[in-house]
Amino acid sequence: MPAEIYLNVAISGILTGLVYGLMALGLSVIFGVIRIVNFAHGEMMTIGMYIAIVIFSAFKLDPLVMMVPIAAVLFVFGYALQASLINPFINRPEHSQFMLLVAIALIMVNVLLIIFGPDAKNVQTSYAFDSFLVGPLIVDATKVYAGGAAVLVSAILFAFFRFTYIGQAIRACADNYVGALVVGLDVKRLYALTFGIGAACVGAAGAMLVLIIDVTPALGPAYTLLAFIIVITGGLGSMPGALLGGILIGFTEAMAGLLFTPSAKSMFAFALLVLVLLFRPQGIMGKRTT
Amino acid sequence: MTKTTRTDLARKGPRVTRRAFTAGAGATALLAGTAPFNIIQAQGAALKVGVLLPRSGAQAGIGQDCQRGVQVAAGILKDLGLPNLQIMNADTETNVEVARAQAEKLINEGAQLLIGAFDSGQSTAIAQVAEQKGIPYVINIAAAPPITEQGYKFVFRNFPVAGTILADAFANQKEIFAATGSAPKSVAFLHCNDTFGTAMKNGIGAVMPKFDMPYKIAETISYDPTARDLSVEIAKAKATGADALLVVSRLNDAILLTRELVKQRWSPMAILSMGPGWYEDQYLKTLGKLGDGPLSFVPWYDPNKKLSKQLEAAVAKAFPGINVNTNHVYTFEALLVAADAYKRAGSTNPTALADAIRKTDIKDNVSTGPGIQFNAKGQNDKLRNSAIQNRGGKLVTVAPKEASNAKVEWPMKPYDKRG
Amino acid sequence: MIGQLFEGVPARALVLGGLLLGVLVAAPFLVNDYLLTVLIIILYYAYTGQAWNIMMGFAGQLSLGHALYVGLGAYTTAALYVHFGVSPWIGILAAIPIAIIGGAIIGFLAFRFRVGGVYFAILTIAFAEFARVGFDHFSWVGGSSGFFLPVANYSVSDLWNLRGKPMMFYYLILTMTVGAFVICRLLLTGRIGYFWLAIREDEEAARAIGIDTFRYKMFAVILSAGMTSLAGVFFAFFYNNLFPEQVFHISRSIELILAPIIGGIGTLFGPVLGAFLLTGLSESMHAILYKFGVDIPGVKQVFYGLCLLFVVIVLPHGVWPWVARVLGIRERRS
Repeated sequence: MPAEIYLNVAISGILTGLVYGLMALGLSVIFGVIRIVNFAHGEMMTIGMYIAIVIFSAFKLDPLVMMVPIAAVLFVFGYALQASLINPFINRPEHSQFMLLVAIALIMVNVLLIIFGPDAKNVQTSYAFDSFLVGPLIVDATKVYAGGAAVLVSAILFAFFRFTYIGQAIRACADNYVGALVVGLDVKRLYALTFGIGAACVGAAGAMLVLIIDVTPALGPAYTLLAFIIVITGGLGSMPGALLGGILIGFTEAMAGLLFTPSAKSMFAFALLVLVLLFRPQGIMGKRTT
Repeated sequence: MTKTTRTDLARKGPRVTRRAFTAGAGATALLAGTAPFNIIQAQGAALKVGVLLPRSGAQAGIGQDCQRGVQVAAGILKDLGLPNLQIMNADTETNVEVARAQAEKLINEGAQLLIGAFDSGQSTAIAQVAEQKGIPYVINIAAAPPITEQGYKFVFRNFPVAGTILADAFANQKEIFAATGSAPKSVAFLHCNDTFGTAMKNGIGAVMPKFDMPYKIAETISYDPTARDLSVEIAKAKATGADALLVVSRLNDAILLTRELVKQRWSPMAILSMGPGWYEDQYLKTLGKLGDGPLSFVPWYDPNKKLSKQLEAAVAKAFPGINVNTNHVYTFEALLVAADAYKRAGSTNPTALADAIRKTDIKDNVSTGPGIQFNAKGQNDKLRNSAIQNRGGKLVTVAPKEASNAKVEWPMKPYDKRG
Repeated sequence: MIGQLFEGVPARALVLGGLLLGVLVAAPFLVNDYLLTVLIIILYYAYTGQAWNIMMGFAGQLSLGHALYVGLGAYTTAALYVHFGVSPWIGILAAIPIAIIGGAIIGFLAFRFRVGGVYFAILTIAFAEFARVGFDHFSWVGGSSGFFLPVANYSVSDLWNLRGKPMMFYYLILTMTVGAFVICRLLLTGRIGYFWLAIREDEEAARAIGIDTFRYKMFAVILSAGMTSLAGVFFAFFYNNLFPEQVFHISRSIELILAPIIGGIGTLFGPVLGAFLLTGLSESMHAILYKFGVDIPGVKQVFYGLCLLFVVIVLPHGVWPWVARVLGIRERRS
């Protein structure tokens, strides 16, 4: 095989991995603060994707431009979900939370099926088929745009948690729940905000991914699982970890597909996950808490 | 958005049927008190046909597409002078257990014949129930050979098995190569690692040598059916230096593969598909001009047959913008087999129905080949497959010659020269 | 043993349990074939739920990958039967150890490396998914094109090869479910049940009072895996076809654990009640939607999801503890 194919595949894997990373970032933020594993994460992303499709077919507005309003819709959705249904479950056992979110996911998937039907939908942007020629390399244009947007959104999120008052309050909640209560923070509201932010992340990721893949109602569960793998590899609760995990999984899958058989590439992602769980259970960038 | 109206239609359709059916059932219940009249009523009664399709879950798209074949059937069967069918719909939810339970339920509610269920696993589960209850079951689509190798007496399949699809694919390819005087020297074989894709891959080793094909397979690349990204697969195929692409895929991956071909700037001489995806409406609609060119070697219909024209007209009327495809054809033909057998049997007795189906000899049909007949195993082994090509958002049949309506466009127009 | 089984059970519970068992034994002669199929599905989930409950409800280890053990049991016995004509009753002598080894590997790695809670759950998913993709490429058992068991004559029930009518399968799964119930009851009332409880409630404290937590957690995993593999044997011989996509898929793992969670985790009768409720709900929803002429794919699942939501919000400990209170049966909360 020609040498440049390795580089081509590696770049493509890393760019896709960045978008995966942004999606996983939402999961990580939610878990890091609320300690709830969002088993409806992939389904929330499909909602974001469908919103992008509706906007595109009605107004011909590019999903990347519409990323902010889509994220805003998902933010409201996530906020409401946490404030109404999930908050009472914060101190319930894990299986109870799991059950709640599985039920929510089941409803989401099938409401989407009823509204949009089972066929795959997509957006046809003018650059959908573009690619850049860089010497011997061919780089997919949509992946470059989506990857760039993912980096941008992540940077904004980092800044939010580091420099704003609310961001710092949320981090305080995550670090010390009782302490946060003692100093008089409205923890319930902060949790709802956090879930909203996590949902907004995954909504933005959906707006980017809709450029790369077609959406069907049944798409969600596979991405929920993917987000788990990424987040645990990178470190649950660690924001840079989620991005790094995304890149690592994107890269591993791409290279495994090239060197071995593509149909078995997800096995390599699972193998990576198992190795990380055993030898560095807190994840590559995570802090050990237990 | 024409798309929404289409799915709306698809959804409203069965609802109306169902309501009409419930009303009918109510009337029958009322009549049950007046016994003598009831018997007369029963003789002219419609055959109760249970239709099992995966209309939700992973295969929802295909299941709902098959359902379109059911919805247009009533009108055509009436035109043919065949008796009425009373359709009882059931959703298998793409789940073997649900398929089995629903089959039991339909039979329990009086279904006298079953059809379905697109998928080999679900069809196997239904076949067991049908056989055990002695209720005839006509499989619309399912290519796994074992289903008709079990010695069943009530199970019939009017759909080719994987081996037949492969053999016909090679025969039709050779016909095209001979007609154009050009053939690829090597191909990259890409296949989806699902039930059908693996069955085809396993068959290739045995079938291909018999046909003395002009090309060799440079590399076999299998990919995950739920693949999110197929850039690696195309990069790998391109790197083999093959002239053409041999594929077995499904809809979503066919679209992803085409996009990657364009983005990675590779226009093979031909795309030879031996499965679903490349001819489907969604593919044509999504890709527009870039969707033209691929050849699909699949179970299809003979566009020159009279009944095909009727089916085309009925589908065009009920679902504007939808091309007739394999899903509609074989689901419709399963109902055709049912109605035809009911007419000849003259009774709803399941054994009489099964005997009548076994003696089926329908010449005036839709699918490619001499017609519908079943061998001792309940398999229609006379079915032929066609080669179809996407042209300007429509589908034309290019081989075999006797069932074609156009000449092949060869080689495929490069993606970067389509404007 | 028998004494321990009935010790401390209120008379009312004994009578009700006996009645239920009587009805279930007589059921094939009372109901039509459709309801018999539904009952088989219910008992299948009651059995797997009971097996899963040992790990989660008793020992507190959340497994979301139990489809792995179902699949290992199913594929092992099916492959032995198809390739070598080995009876499934002999086949289970291979299937159970294979599932146990699978469970032991996961358990050993997780407990030695202190992978707990959510992380443990994800680890179990990872192994099940790994097996799914692996079996997709395992051509000896058909890979992703599926593995089919021969089915032919239904006129006689051949219990030795598990070929036969639904009624035979019904009594088989009923026996399995009753057996699992008895085993769980004996374990729970024995020493080991108290150790598990201690571990579930506070593992650190359990270790401090000298319980070998690693050993008892491993025992729970192994027992649960072995029992679940038998459900796989049943699945393979009842449905006669196996596809990795269906058998090992995460959605199967989730289906398996709905019944015990809805019924009541850690209770003996919870998984049984949960299975009756969920399958009953699902099937009656078919009938109700049919009655109203609603034939929109997806509507049923939405209602199903809403019902799950309702139960999990209103009855956090499951339905059984509430029903037991209403019936005046106090199952000692274990």
